[in-house]
Amino acid sequence: MSEPRQHTVLELRYLRTEFGSRERPLIAVDDVSFSVKAGEILGLVGESGSGKSITLRSILGIVRPRGRVGGEILWKGRDLAALDEAALRKVRGREIAMIFQEPMSSLNPLLTVGLQISENLATHTDLDARARKTKAVELLEMVGIPAARNRLGDYPHEFSGGMRQRVMIAIALASNPQLLLADEPTTALDVTIQDQILRLIQSLSRDLGMAVILVTHDMGVVAQTCDRVAVMYGGRLCELGTTTQVIGDARHPYALGLLRSIPRDVAPRTPLYSIPGAPPSLSALPPGCAFTARCPVAGLECGDVRPPLAAVGQHHQVACHRRAEALAHFRQHEAAS
Amino acid sequence: MSALGHTSQRRPNRLLAFLGRAFARPSFVIGFAIIACSILLALCPQVFAPYDPLAFDMTAIQQPPSLAHPFGTDNFGRDVLSRVIWAYRVDMQMALLATIFALTIGVTAGAFVGYYGGIADTIFGRCVDAIITFPFLVLVIAIVAVLGPGLVNMYIAITMVNWVYYARLTRAEIMTQKANDYAAAGRVLGFSDRRIIFRHLLPNAISPVIVYWMTDMALAILLGSSLGYLGLGAQPPAAEWGVLISEGRNFLLTAWWMSLMPGVAIVLTGLGFSLLGDALADLLRAKGR
Amino acid sequence: MPSLSYLVARLLQIIPTFLLVMVFIFLLVRMLPGDPAIAMAEAKATDAQVVQIRRNLGLDQPLPVQFMVFVKNTLSGDLGRSIMMKAPVSEVILSRLPTTIFLSLYAVALAVLLAGPLAFLAAMRANTTTDVVIRGVFQVGLSMPVFYIGLVLLTVLAAQLRWFPVGGYGTTFLGNLHHLMLPALSVALYTSAIIVRNLRASLIEVLDADYVQFARAKGLTPRIVMTRHVLRNALVSTVTLLGLSIGNLMSGTLVTETVFAIPGVGRLMLEAIFARDYPLIQGLTLTFAVMVSVVFLLTDVVQSLLDPRLRKS
Repeated sequence: MSEPRQHTVLELRYLRTEFGSRERPLIAVDDVSFSVKAGEILGLVGESGSGKSITLRSILGIVRPRGRVGGEILWKGRDLAALDEAALRKVRGREIAMIFQEPMSSLNPLLTVGLQISENLATHTDLDARARKTKAVELLEMVGIPAARNRLGDYPHEFSGGMRQRVMIAIALASNPQLLLADEPTTALDVTIQDQILRLIQSLSRDLGMAVILVTHDMGVVAQTCDRVAVMYGGRLCELGTTTQVIGDARHPYALGLLRSIPRDVAPRTPLYSIPGAPPSLSALPPGCAFTARCPVAGLECGDVRPPLAAVGQHHQVACHRRAEALAHFRQHEAAS
Repeated sequence: MSALGHTSQRRPNRLLAFLGRAFARPSFVIGFAIIACSILLALCPQVFAPYDPLAFDMTAIQQPPSLAHPFGTDNFGRDVLSRVIWAYRVDMQMALLATIFALTIGVTAGAFVGYYGGIADTIFGRCVDAIITFPFLVLVIAIVAVLGPGLVNMYIAITMVNWVYYARLTRAEIMTQKANDYAAAGRVLGFSDRRIIFRHLLPNAISPVIVYWMTDMALAILLGSSLGYLGLGAQPPAAEWGVLISEGRNFLLTAWWMSLMPGVAIVLTGLGFSLLGDALADLLRAKGR
Repeated sequence: MPSLSYLVARLLQIIPTFLLVMVFIFLLVRMLPGDPAIAMAEAKATDAQVVQIRRNLGLDQPLPVQFMVFVKNTLSGDLGRSIMMKAPVSEVILSRLPTTIFLSLYAVALAVLLAGPLAFLAAMRANTTTDVVIRGVFQVGLSMPVFYIGLVLLTVLAAQLRWFPVGGYGTTFLGNLHHLMLPALSVALYTSAIIVRNLRASLIEVLDADYVQFARAKGLTPRIVMTRHVLRNALVSTVTLLGLSIGNLMSGTLVTETVFAIPGVGRLMLEAIFARDYPLIQGLTLTFAVMVSVVFLLTDVVQSLLDPRLRKS
């Protein structure tokens, strides 16, 4: 599967995260499997509640309220799901870093930005205080903070939203991680700032050979930034492929609907498609395909039998019983409008 | 939902649904049971009190708690339990009267300054700052000192201080509600200010006030019994928990039950009101989401 | 450090509030039926003395002028003469104040020592049996008036077990700690109930905060996450809460001083009330207001030291 030059850094095998009682658990992430290669940006797309954020947090073992994580999280030959807290901490922030959605609330308001960078360096490197300071300035410059040297003593509230997101990225990059988990890093930002941050993540990934998993609900962000895409629905993976494949040739009815709801080359005042119904509650998922209730082409077997991820092309996998019908349905609609 | 959807009309089935959810909570059930029993004891103590609270029995002076006298007897042989039960009348009355006027005045004042703002609001803000600069009890007893001890003067003193807390809460709620669309819609429709305030804003702003009222009734009992104990509230012949405790104060070494047993009633009633308040707060918060 | 201009601005804010406080205290005695001069004079005072008091208070002047006189006298430290102590009010109060301040600080220390660890435990084990028990116990504490807590402690720990004296005041620092243990604990139990309730909630909120998640994702040790990110942030709300509880604490101190017969300003207030010593009542009310204001001010300063967002005026 893997290309000759790039090697796989992270592989999830049947990742499963559940909450609540063991008898009647709420399954937030259900048998999700995918892999990421070095230098690659993987988009993880889905509505809120689809389990994409919890997938990221499961990788680092920081799910709150504490959930049970099952399956395998293979990181450079080790299974993170089997590691204890102390061993996981050596991976967290050092090899795998994470940035969060809200730049306003993700930095500690009471501590200077300088301290929040250098505490990361202090934990993961042997640098002394002076070297940490130099490195902190370097990091802030790398993410494009002007006059970085003068800003180490500033507090988060003295930065704008976009600048705070840059600071957060700088903190995450402090110990040269090989994988960056980005949880909707641009959702809270203005469109122009959003664009800058995405470009920054792209160039860092390219220059440092760092893999990125970018969680988003915005197909536009995916098209602009990602190499490959995984689409999640109701805690399960429903489509996986290269960005070109998923955006240009989606097969799962949910992915098709998601793409149809973005305006592309349409005349003004054309009503946009919207997926009928609301995202499902995790406690009321059918045993079969999670999308059944909202699917325009669902058949009898869909609600009862879980569709497996099946290859529909090179690197392109879809979990759907009725791929042919779905394609026909949406083509028809396209023609009609 | 239409802009004028939030009105004061509450359909009975919504009330029933609310009560259904309320009674599903143990804290609400316990709080409700305690307060319901307290009201019952206050309304007809003669039914529940095993003895005449005023009957001296010189053959049973300072008897420790027993089956015949669960709370023991006092230095005149009076049954402490019966005296505690009769005291429910005064103490439950304190919970109501020490809060209800403060609530009425405070909510009205808070609604007006919150709605109109401006200079009245500034003056109000200064008054609040000044009043909270006094410890609550100190200001109340200073006023009682001037008016003279007694229940009525105590109610007046508490109301003079306490309305501020209701007004502050209501003002903040009204300001939030005022920012909503339906208030603007009411103005566009040409409703009078008074109608907008009392028919549209206040019904939506009142729930936190009701929650606070529950807690405040617990506080009123604590405060009222403290004043009774200090000799500034209810006056001795009257049966009131703080007064009963204070009467037993001199017998703490020989007959501790005289002082400590009446306190059980204070704790229980206070607990009842705060459980009710907490449960209501949780329910309303859950509904708000 | 908070800027000087911030402190100056905060101090200036106090002035209008305090002017209003003076108005209230001024009007308080004017609420008395009849002639305030007679009310403020000793029972056996001669007519000449009453006239003297009337002139001192400026009662022959219109109210605003009387108020100005009152403010001027107060600012120069002249609070009048106590009827029952036959001494200047300011002297009487100053002699009793240290006891009350000591008792209050003692109570705060006990409350924090008691509530801090328990709130932390309850928050870390939120919604477990431990949490429910801790909250339940303090909920009951919240329903107990201070005088009743005091009497229970007195009966059990002083009268029955004889661990502590029944009342009074020690001669050495340790003796004071021993003598004032029960009165301070009475106030502390009530105050700690308030602290536990709020500190638990704010700890749970901080534990869930994004920046704490981010700190954990950075791979920091649990100790650093706890001290630097969780406790420090929860401390801000605790300080605020302690500051706001000062009124409660003072009310509690007043009651506890009465229950345990401690010669502080709280008990003095009650003695003054029963003696109808209005100059003293006036002076004491003002003293309590000053103490609360000072604590409010200190709270603001500490808050701005802890939270950089508050340093901008």
